Amino acid sequence: MKKFYNNVLGGRSGSIGVIILAILLFAILPMSLDAFRLNLVGKYLTYAFVAVGLVLLWGNSGVLSLGQGIFFGLGGYCMAMFLKLEASSVENTKIQSTPGIPDFMDWNQITHLPSLWVPFKSLPFALVAVAFVPTFIAFVVGTAMFKRRVGGVYFAVITQALALILSLGIDGNQGLTGGRNGITDLRTLLGWDIRTKSAQYVLYFACCALLIGAILLSRFVLSTRMGRLLLAMKDKEDRVRFSGYDVASFKVFVFCLAAAMSGVGGALFVLQVGFISPSLVGIVPSIEMVIFAAVGGKQSLLGAVYGTLVVNAGKSLFSETFPQLWLFLMGGLFIAVVMLFPNGLAGIFDSIGSRFKKRSLIKALPKTTEVTVVELAETGGKS
Amino acid sequence: MSETNFLLAIEDLTVSFDGFKAVDGLNLYVARNELRVIIGPNGAGKTTVLDLICGKTRATAGSIKFKNCELLGMAEHKIVHSGVGRKFQTPSIYENLTVFENLELSYPSGQSVFGTLAFRRTAEVIARIEEVAESIYLKDQLDIEGAFLSHGQKQWLEIGMLLMQNPEMLMLDEPVAGMSPAEREQTAELLKKICENRSILIIEHDMDFVSRIAHKVTVLHLGKILAEGSMAEIQNNEKVQDVYLGH
Amino acid sequence: MFNIPITCATYTSEEIRSIFIMQGFAGLSLFSILLLMALGLAIIFGQMGVVNLAHGEFMALGAYMVYLCSQITANHFPAFQPYYFIIAIVVAFIVTALVGALVEWGMIRFLYKRPLDTLLATWGLSLIMQQAFRSIFGAREVTPTLPEWLMGSFKPTPTIDIPINGVFVMGLSLLLTLGVYIFMFRSRTGLHMRATVQNRAMSSAVGINTSLVDRFTFALGCGIAGVAGAAFTTIGSTGPDSGSRYIVDTFLVVVFGGAGNMAGTIVSSFGIAQGQSISEFFLEGTMGKVATLMAIVVILMIRPQGLFPSKVRT
Repeated sequence: MKKFYNNVLGGRSGSIGVIILAILLFAILPMSLDAFRLNLVGKYLTYAFVAVGLVLLWGNSGVLSLGQGIFFGLGGYCMAMFLKLEASSVENTKIQSTPGIPDFMDWNQITHLPSLWVPFKSLPFALVAVAFVPTFIAFVVGTAMFKRRVGGVYFAVITQALALILSLGIDGNQGLTGGRNGITDLRTLLGWDIRTKSAQYVLYFACCALLIGAILLSRFVLSTRMGRLLLAMKDKEDRVRFSGYDVASFKVFVFCLAAAMSGVGGALFVLQVGFISPSLVGIVPSIEMVIFAAVGGKQSLLGAVYGTLVVNAGKSLFSETFPQLWLFLMGGLFIAVVMLFPNGLAGIFDSIGSRFKKRSLIKALPKTTEVTVVELAETGGKS
Repeated sequence: MSETNFLLAIEDLTVSFDGFKAVDGLNLYVARNELRVIIGPNGAGKTTVLDLICGKTRATAGSIKFKNCELLGMAEHKIVHSGVGRKFQTPSIYENLTVFENLELSYPSGQSVFGTLAFRRTAEVIARIEEVAESIYLKDQLDIEGAFLSHGQKQWLEIGMLLMQNPEMLMLDEPVAGMSPAEREQTAELLKKICENRSILIIEHDMDFVSRIAHKVTVLHLGKILAEGSMAEIQNNEKVQDVYLGH
Repeated sequence: MFNIPITCATYTSEEIRSIFIMQGFAGLSLFSILLLMALGLAIIFGQMGVVNLAHGEFMALGAYMVYLCSQITANHFPAFQPYYFIIAIVVAFIVTALVGALVEWGMIRFLYKRPLDTLLATWGLSLIMQQAFRSIFGAREVTPTLPEWLMGSFKPTPTIDIPINGVFVMGLSLLLTLGVYIFMFRSRTGLHMRATVQNRAMSSAVGINTSLVDRFTFALGCGIAGVAGAAFTTIGSTGPDSGSRYIVDTFLVVVFGGAGNMAGTIVSSFGIAQGQSISEFFLEGTMGKVATLMAIVVILMIRPQGLFPSKVRT
């Protein structure tokens, strides 16, 4: 139990952080927002899954992926395929030339369900696919790249290219994937209508629970030897190798874990928003997800959630009232986070916190020990 | 390639970078429990030899046999597992982890992906860390972050990290560079102690230090061996005086 | 599984030959554009290690400058119309180089040791530039009025139709490549640039003003992108997001060729451009581009150093 407290919850300060987040997500937001806005928050929280993955991958392991949209999208499409098949029952589609297949296939004169879609008739398969498909792709790509020491900028550019490839591939195959419009008009999950308000509430809470679960899982990983190893790897990859570790396999592991989380986020997105399209898979959304993590503080798991909420809320607010201004702000945000706030919101929060600590510590002790106290406060008593 | 009871047998080792031969047909043999020092002018290829042994650089030709096992072409972490430890020229420790954590990461079990997830900081691990920390004069600094150590202490920590791995051959690149005379004294003691059950290969420039610890000295020049022998023999060798030591 | 539409039609052998020649030529036009873009990027990325995701926007800036010159000439100096284009290209170069220098001074120079951060910061810059284009020039695509001598095509045979603007773009690219080569490898400034990149401390010690050289190098790379943009106006219209259309391709070209190597960049842009135009002919629409991109990525995964890597002691 003590281990759980220390490692998964993060000791005293960690648990307080998780509890505050839980209170915000489970109590404060549902009570103060109407159903429509809460659904919006739910949507933002699905992006937070990707941001949390990026905290593990980028913040802690130093691997920047500009293509996390790939995994978000793959998870989303897997879930969408199941839901679309359910919504395209023979009963619902009797006006089509070929009933029983999704509408966009009918428009493309397709007469029978492509074999890729057939297994998605089963919910267990789709659920497994949501996590497995992104993980598998991440495993293949990661192994190919990391074993060959492709890292840093090269890796980032290639993930960008892969995001482009996937979004173009989906875009250009309307008969198979719904093309640019994506997969829309989703209705029920095993008979339960996901479009109703009550369903949206349930899905929102499910999303929050899974997100907190993802954060706790990440906390656990970071509390193990692997966590220390990832930090060491980020600092001095060569030294880690020469301490006897196969660096590539660790990068692959974290890449796969981040991919799986993103996939789950994508599936939850589809459930709450009701559609998926290649616009969520390509270069632009992938880089945006990076900024969510960066604004929160790329080494802070809780920060990732706050960063996602803040940036997306800002986006909704500004693009309604000042659409021209928004892109300027967004661009400026990228630059500001890199040059002025490298530790994001979490960094700002920490420095305010330590300033209070310093002041109260100094007040409490006699003058002679002031110097040591300042040193201690500066290191934050980090272990 | 011949059978050998040397711990390390390098034969005909060559590496060229875009035509420039940093190491040129080198033959070098190190016995068990030997402390060998490699000296030579800059650009002689000393660090490159260590790079080749530990796998940091790929050789163009030749063979490196460690305990009769060919090291060329092996992955770096596998070379480490076979018993070779390497210390770099500039202290290469994990700055944002504490001394304890630095040493703990080098503990040689639980190094696979799932091994690290399942690794437990048992009493055995803690005892070993404290033992090594004591021998590298950092027993009281276990909770200090690497970044706050002095230059000399960082060198010792790196040696400590290698000792944790319990290698059969330790390779040190300029271990006393930047150290005060007192620290050099302590390092010499440390090296003499740990040489008792392993071989050590050292690159150094400080001749006093070398004469205090070396069993045998190898002089490298332009990627080849210029001379080999005891410190006294080397110091009296004319070719070595011309090229490196001065008269 | 994947329904890849392939154009099936019957052609005479004469027509097939012509198709190949014209597609080959279209490939050459694409090659020239990619080459110009990649040249600028190779200088910035290959030489300095800076990843400029806003490189496409500098290209767009050059194109917009030509458009601006076209508008000014049409409205104020109509007699000048046939001659403005060459001057516009020069203007495009100067303006983009100046903006590049400003960006280096204000942002890039703080991020030299942090390549991943440069990536993000230049992405932010690209968003800002795109929105600036949108606000100033409008969201719709614009085209400058091209001079008479660029229009039309010449027909060596009845079935082969080679557009003049394509020839112009190619000629410009080759000229510029040659110019850059001579500058980098035969001039004193070029020597300073290469020296600074290879050994900053020594260059500084012998009196080279390394920060000025950095600014100059970055500005040069951007200037070349500006010329690419100017050339681009002869074969396509320019909109606020024209820059982002080619940025990924350009990076792949540079990485594929072995960053830092000019010969590699040339070979790489040629190969990729030809590959893309040929596959675009046989595979409909975007799938041609997808096929080419996938081929590049797969090859890069097998051989990440690119075509012409250099083995250096790190």
